[in-house]
Order: sequence, then C-alpha cells, then structure tokens
Amino acid sequence: MPAVQETVERVKRIDVDQYRYGFETLIDSEKAPKGLSEEIVKFISQKKNEPAWMLQWRLEAYRRWLTMTEPTWARVEYPKIDFQDIYYYAAPKPKKTVTSLDEIDPEILKTYEKLGIPLREVAMLEGVEPKVGEEDPARRKIAVDAVFDSVSVATTFKEELKKAGVIFMPISEAIREHPELVQKYLGSVVPTSDNFYATLNSAVFSDGSFVYVPPGVRCPMELSTYFRINERNTGQFERTLIIADKGSYVSYLEGCTAPQRDENQLHAAVVELVALDDAEIKYSTVQNWYPGNSEGMGGIYNFVTKRGDCRGNHSKISWTQVETGSAITWKYPSCILRGDNSRGEFYSIAISNGFQQVDSGTKMIHLGKNTSSRIISKGIAAGKSQNTYRGLVTAHRKALGARNFTACDSLLIGDKCGAHTVPYIEAKNSSATFEHEATTSKISEDVLFYCVQRGLSQEEAVGLVVNGFVKDVLQQLPMEFAVEAQKLISISLEGSVG
Amino acid sequence: MPPLNRLDTKMALLEVKDLKVRVEEREILHGLTLTVNEGEVHAIMGPNGSGKSTLSHVIAGKPGYEVTDGQILFRGEDLLEMDPDERAAKGVFLAFQYPVEIPGVTTMNFLRTALNAQRKARGESELMVPEFLKKVREVSKSLNIPQDMLKRGVNVGFSGGEKKRNEVLQMALFEPSLCILDEMDSGLDIDALRIAADGVNALRSPGRAMVVITHYQRLLNYIVPDFVHVMSKGRVVKSGDKELALELEASGYTQFEDAA
Repeated sequence: MPAVQETVERVKRIDVDQYRYGFETLIDSEKAPKGLSEEIVKFISQKKNEPAWMLQWRLEAYRRWLTMTEPTWARVEYPKIDFQDIYYYAAPKPKKTVTSLDEIDPEILKTYEKLGIPLREVAMLEGVEPKVGEEDPARRKIAVDAVFDSVSVATTFKEELKKAGVIFMPISEAIREHPELVQKYLGSVVPTSDNFYATLNSAVFSDGSFVYVPPGVRCPMELSTYFRINERNTGQFERTLIIADKGSYVSYLEGCTAPQRDENQLHAAVVELVALDDAEIKYSTVQNWYPGNSEGMGGIYNFVTKRGDCRGNHSKISWTQVETGSAITWKYPSCILRGDNSRGEFYSIAISNGFQQVDSGTKMIHLGKNTSSRIISKGIAAGKSQNTYRGLVTAHRKALGARNFTACDSLLIGDKCGAHTVPYIEAKNSSATFEHEATTSKISEDVLFYCVQRGLSQEEAVGLVVNGFVKDVLQQLPMEFAVEAQKLISISLEGSVG
Repeated sequence: MPPLNRLDTKMALLEVKDLKVRVEEREILHGLTLTVNEGEVHAIMGPNGSGKSTLSHVIAGKPGYEVTDGQILFRGEDLLEMDPDERAAKGVFLAFQYPVEIPGVTTMNFLRTALNAQRKARGESELMVPEFLKKVREVSKSLNIPQDMLKRGVNVGFSGGEKKRNEVLQMALFEPSLCILDEMDSGLDIDALRIAADGVNALRSPGRAMVVITHYQRLLNYIVPDFVHVMSKGRVVKSGDKELALELEASGYTQFEDAA
C-alpha cells in the first residue's frame, strides 16, 4: 500500500534533530577515573562525606555485584557493555558547597532554562513567598530538585516544605542529616542484592532525591526531580527514596533528558517508595532520554529498578509513566501490596520509534488481604522499534480476595516495528480475581484517510489517533505534565507516517 | 480553464474526463467522463463492482489507486495534483459508506480539529469556541443528534443511523461545495434514512453540488436527483433524469451489462 510505503520512507529519514534536548552544556567537571573498583566506590563515598556505615553498605553491594551477571531475559539487543569504560562520577566544578543559586554555574542554570525548568524563577518566587494562607491559588507551586550528572545542583522550596514537616533534599544530604531515616528505609524495598543493575547502583549511586512526608501531612505542593546527563561516557546512577508516613500524601514527578551523542550512555537508577498505613504516593515520570539517531547510533541505555512497597494497611502507590526516550528501556515499576486493603496502580504510555527497544511493564505482588491493583499499559511502536510489555501479577496464598485488572493495548504504526505482550499471572489462592485484556492494533489506512478527508494532515491525523489511544493514561498525569506529555508524544512520532 | 461551451450560466464544479484507474494492476475505471455543475444533484447507480465507490475514492484522494489516464478538474484546477487534505480544504467532502471509529477522540474535539485545519489551509482564522459550539448545537439539533453523542469517541458505539447522521453533521459544519455520498442508505432502516436524507436536502443550495452513489433507487425517493447516471464495468453507460432511476428499479441492471 502506498501510504505504508511512504511511512517506511519517512521513518528512514528520521533525523536526530528531532530530539530537542540534545544540546551539551560546556562546563568544567570533576570526574573520578574511568572504571569501577573498590577504590572508586570509596572515592564516591568520600566525595559525599558519607558516614562509615554508608561506605560499608556500598562496598557490600560492590562485592555482591562482582558475583552477578547481566540479565538477558528481556527482549532487547545491544552490544555488551564494558563496565570498566564508564566514568562513575562526574560533578560540575567548582566543588565548593553551594548555598544559593547565585553560586551555581550560570551555564547549568541556562541548561535548565532551556529544558523549561526555570530554577531561578522558582527560587525568586520562594523569596517573595506570600504568608501561609494567602497564596495565589492560580499558581501551583512545584518544588524542584535538579540533578546534573552525578550531583544535585539545586533544590527549591526547601524552606516552605520544611514548615509542613516535609523533608525534600538530595539523598547525599539526607545520608548526613537524617541517617536514622535513610538507614531504616534505604534498600528496604530494593535490597542491594536485588538485581545486577540495582546492585551496581547501590555501590556507585552518587545522588538523587530523598523525600519524607510525616504522619498525617498532605504535601503542600508537587515535588519533582529533573535528571540531566551531560558528561560524555558517564553513567548516571541516581537513587530516589520516598517515604510517606501514616496517613500522608505526596505526588512526585520525574523528568529526564540528555545530550545527543554517538556513543551509548548507561543510566541505572533505583527508586524506592514506602507507603505506611493509609498513606498514598503518586509517582509520575516523563522519560525523554536521548533515543539515538536514525541509524540506531547512540542513545541512553536505561536499566532502571523502580519499586514501591505498600507496607501499611490501606496504603496506595500509583505509578504513571510516559516513556518516549532511551535507545533501550528496561524498566518495571512495581508494587508490593503487603498491607491489607492496599492498592497498586500502573499507568503507562511507552512510545518507540527509530531503532528504540522497549521492554517495560510492572509487577503487582499481592501479599496482603483484599489488596487490589490496576494496570493500564499503552504501547506505541513506530519505525523499526520493538515494544514489549512484560508484566507479573501474583497473589500469595495469604492474599485472600486479591484483585487485579490489566489492560494492555498496543498500537503499531508502519510494518517494520513490533509489539509484544508477555504477561505472567500466578494465583496461589482460589479467592483471587485476575482479569487480563490485551489488544494489538494498527493505525489503519482507513482511519488515516478518514481524518485527512476531513482536512487533517497525515501527521495531525496520527497525532490525533495516538492521543485518543493514550487518553486513559494521560488523564492520570498531573495537569502540567499531561500537557508536556501530549506535546512529547507528537514530537516522538514526528516523521513516523508519510 | 475548460472551454466554456455551455449555454447556461452554471459553472462546472467537477469535471471527470476519460478517467482510467487501476488497483493492483487491475483496471477498474476504463475511461469515465462526468461533469457536475454547481447546484446540481447527480445520482450514480450501478451494480456491485461497477466502480462507483472507486470513483468516489479517487475524487477524494484515497491512497491505493493509480490513475493511468484522464483528469479530474475541480473548479478548473487539477484535483489529482492535490493531497487529500488540500482537496478537503478546497471543498470536497466524502460521506463514507463505512465511517471509521476513533476511540478516545471525542466527536466534538474531532469536529473542531478538522474544521480549524480546513480553515487554516484556506488562510482563515480559527473559529472561536463559543461560535463553534453554537454552530454545532444548531446543526446537531436539526439532525436529531443528542449532545452526549458528541462527547463520545468518534463513531464509537454509534448505531448505523448515528454514524450516517454524524457524516451529515460534518457536511453541514464544513460547508463543502461538493458532497459525495457513498452508499448512504446502506444499513439504514426507513426512519434513519429519512432523518439523514432530510439533513442532506437541507444542505442543497445553488452553490453546492452533490454526487449520490447508490445501489438502490430507494434513496432517490428521499434525495431527488437532477441527473441519474448508470455505471457498469467502469464506465457511465447511460445518463438521464430522475425517471431513469425508476426505469432501473423496474428492469434491473442486466440490460446494461451487455452495453458496457
């Protein structure tokens, strides 16, 4: 069919300049020598002024990692990663302690401005902060933690959050300032021995965000972290730990971008969420790492372990992700439903174009009674990409009355891409109710023709159909993010149809 | 410009000249000629496989058809040189035999996106929301389309009659100068047919032409044509006025199969 022919032609011409965040920031940075060894682990720990227990924790992880091998079960193909050819630590110079934004390298501030995250403006708002109760309700505040390569460069609204009792700071600071919380919860959801990449992260993570919301507190604003990889040949290993104490609520947003480079870069993050009794955590991600060029060269290898523990009764954790970037995505944000009546949710849009490979999904592990979970996954494959949903739903024998509903829909654009669904379902007691629905469809020529006959261009038509397809998930995102995600979806699919 | 050899003052809107069309190496239209002037309603009748729907698809620009000879002019301009969305903006509207479903895209959103895309292509400003809503309400009321239907996904879960009314609704909103109705009566009961046909008749105007493609004469009781053309094996084999349709109803298409 001619239109499909054209699709293929257009996909062939997809160019790197469609990635809008591919610029590089020229700043001096301080790096540890290439490669990984006990010395490097010690170097990172020392750079962070960490207490002895933290170094010990890292070293144990490192020794464990040496005994592990890379997982190969995912439906992704890539050349073997040389873990000795990566820088494990890079920090922007100067390395003196930054006490205000004025001391941050202006180039870094500019970078975040280009990314649409104006740290300076946000900080100024903080300076003219109105009295509590007199806030302008029209202007929703978002506190930002900006992580540049291996270190956090700025965290905004810290003071205001502090008044509410919320701790939001780089995890490197939390290790020094709140060791009791970090020691209690770090590694309690994703243990250091969990998997190859999580163990590597445990040994070498250099920064990330830490959040603690005290009992009964509804966090007064959205919290967000923007991750930016800048340095060449540098891995980014951030670690995020969020604890929602009894009866509290927090909504957390995460965004990520990287420059365009010909070589691949490794990103191996760990995110741990803990929700105690009656607490709720909503975690949203818009992942837009550099996906590689039209020949499949470059791009981020994204091997991420994200897991939430509904530790308390009636607790709730909800993951929403919009995945558009990375050359390879290996990511399964999961929920352990330990508390009785706890609930886990996973809403996902995964878009792949060009040569991207996505293997993503979730695990819902029902341990407590009357636990429920819901999975809505929308995969969109274009170009020569491969898009796999991999999901696990299990009910422990004590998880009486466990319920799950799963809907996995895949949409194919063109005929050189693939969509795959790999669900694993295990119920170890007879009172569990699991429902699974899956569909795979193609954007049909008929639908596109109908739209263009009504005056839409081919690209507008694809955008419209895709946005309709992902609507259920977009609605789960906080409003600011939903708009960003919608734009991102159209950009990611530019050139996917002739 | 085409030669002005007609005596009346009507402008030729659509001129199909000796059109030959192939689909996957097989010729479907073997030299079809048809002229439609402003304000006229033409019916194209014919048995299954005579090429009626192919003609409508080629005029609208559906991919998959290869024009090997002949031309299609729209207000004297070469239609075959234009992308389908350009044709739409110029005023060519095809009411589909099988309107597609677009899940997650509300009818209202679709109507507004399409209307504004057409206006933009013509260099007009976007229609403001209140103005747009007012227009949609008026038209949908006259077509008996409930407001909550407009909030549902485009054609998702619509009955056959609702889908066809939705086509007429779009026709009324976009105000095209050429409306091609492809088998509008298929799958409709008499009541649904009457509502849709009333909607179409309300849109008849001196500046607008219609091409009504149908297998059965029944539709033409409701939408009365000025001219009737009989197609067989990829050609127009007979043209006449509305009486021709009645004649066909009585004697069937067999007589023309030899003529082709």
